[in-house]
Amino acid sequence: MAHIDLPTGLAGPRGPMTLRPETAGPLSELAEVLLRGPSTLTKAERELIGTYVSSENDCRYCQTIHGAVAAHYLGGDEELVRSVKRDFLRSEVSAKLKALLTIAGKVQQSGKSVTAEDVERARDQGATDLEIHDTVLIAANFCMMNRYVDGLAAWTPDDPDFYRERAAKLAEQGYIGSVAR
Amino acid sequence: MAHIKVPEGLPGITGLLAFRPETAEPMRALSEFLLRGPNSLSSAEREIIATYTSSQNGCYFCQMGHGAAAAHHLGGNLELIDQVKQDFQSAPISNKLKALLAIAGQVQKSGKHVTSEDIERARQAGATDLEIHDTVLIAAAFCMYNRYVDGLGTSAPRDPELYLAMGKRLAEQGYVNSGISTSVEAAD
Repeated sequence: MAHIDLPTGLAGPRGPMTLRPETAGPLSELAEVLLRGPSTLTKAERELIGTYVSSENDCRYCQTIHGAVAAHYLGGDEELVRSVKRDFLRSEVSAKLKALLTIAGKVQQSGKSVTAEDVERARDQGATDLEIHDTVLIAANFCMMNRYVDGLAAWTPDDPDFYRERAAKLAEQGYIGSVAR
Repeated sequence: MAHIKVPEGLPGITGLLAFRPETAEPMRALSEFLLRGPNSLSSAEREIIATYTSSQNGCYFCQMGHGAAAAHHLGGNLELIDQVKQDFQSAPISNKLKALLAIAGQVQKSGKHVTSEDIERARQAGATDLEIHDTVLIAAAFCMYNRYVDGLGTSAPRDPELYLAMGKRLAEQGYVNSGISTSVEAAD
């Protein structure tokens, strides 16, 4: 049961976001720009960063839904998503994404954990300043959303199909206005 | 030196907001509502929650800027801010704010740290569901801002006067319209 009285039947951040539309607006806009806006990182790569950070924060709702969105963009490759969460260095992702996931993992611990060497390694793999910026902000954003969801003990469904269906909708329609649909 | 090339002369988050206006806009709107929007918690109380979280995260720029904003709302009482950061349980603040700070402290560690006992204690001290919601989201948002600022290695000036001026501007003009975070023109 959630810590506060939330609208029933709405999973993850949708409950608290429905309770507080004034903050839901900017939260949705931020997610939309970071995860779906114009970028040299693919949507799948950005969702994988969000999924990995959520997994490190042990947020079951966020890692499952964003993992499902990433898999949706990857033609249903749920195994790749699992392998990134398990040990991304041994997964089938690019060397650049591995370097960015390393930075994201540091951000998850603390912003201060990111070193100039981490950033240099990402640059060596071809990451641009904007990609490094967005990686840090995606990771930081998920450190917020994970705490928002778990800090209020928001509803986290168990059925994997719930996440697959919701993910298909998010992948098609995006995050703006998603709280209401 | 920051990890990426941000406009010169803009310390902390200000350089990052200028670097990426597309994400700056919702981030400014979020701060504005959380810290200055209509609320049964005062702006001082909300800035104190933000300052405490930033202090627990060891983010110098954020704790100094928001601490100064909180102090400005309190007629310049910086001593109270220092007391809250050191040990809020013995600071001269309301029991309700103490209970909300305890929740914010749990959120700073992890969302999963918040217990129903923490929530119950806040309710008994008079906190409403919306106040608990906003406390959790302020603490969570600062876990984002702090990581953003430190994760990109931005500069944080050591001159306390600079933060007092920043705090005054944030307290009086807010996060959307104050020169601080809008453009390179903020470099003064």
